[in-house]
Amino acid sequence: MSEPWEDEPEGPVRKFMYVNRRAPYGTIYALESLEVVLIAAAFEQDVSLVFMDDGVYQIKKGQNTDAIGVKNFSPTYRALEGYDVEKLYVERESLESRGMTTDDLVVPVQLVDKDQLAELMEEQEVILSF
Amino acid sequence: MVMLHTVNKSPFERRTLDTALRHAVKGAGILLIEDGVYAAFDGTVVAEKVKAAMADHKIYVLGPDVAARGMSEQNVIDGVQVVDYGGFVDLVTEYDKVQSWL
Repeated sequence: MSEPWEDEPEGPVRKFMYVNRRAPYGTIYALESLEVVLIAAAFEQDVSLVFMDDGVYQIKKGQNTDAIGVKNFSPTYRALEGYDVEKLYVERESLESRGMTTDDLVVPVQLVDKDQLAELMEEQEVILSF
Repeated sequence: MVMLHTVNKSPFERRTLDTALRHAVKGAGILLIEDGVYAAFDGTVVAEKVKAAMADHKIYVLGPDVAARGMSEQNVIDGVQVVDYGGFVDLVTEYDKVQSWL
């Protein structure tokens, strides 16, 4: 006999977007967002991640936190693919104003401009902002 | 000697650096720490403002906070001095007092 939770019909797949706008270590937002994304990944939803404003710094290559005594969580972004979180968007304007390119990032991303990003946001059913 | 101002907020998100610069007398030092270090790099939209401020201020950036964020010391604006924690302590003793802009 199957367990009760195995009989439950699968819920609808919704389009979730996580919007990351904060730099990684000065506040807890970036790490909290990453943890929520990893938890939510277990529910097999249609997940997109956006990195804009200072959020682009979250996925900067070469982070070494040894001297500040804080965990470097940037390698975890490379594990997202394994959780079927593969839609990573970076806003072009945010990257350029910080003198960065996609070569500076730890994961492959889709570069979008602000207008494309606005359209992507309109397509979502749920948007969570960090 | 005059005051050392520390700034720990990103110049892209907050106006803290502007406020510190507006209230720093000529000769006062500016030390960029935590998310404040993002002001220290060339090729950004805030770099010119920092370069202009160097006419009146010595500007320092905390190396461990640069490394943590994956930013390169090679990209630090010419003339901005990278200091370690020991250097931070030295600055605190060299300047008369410290104002921490939060």
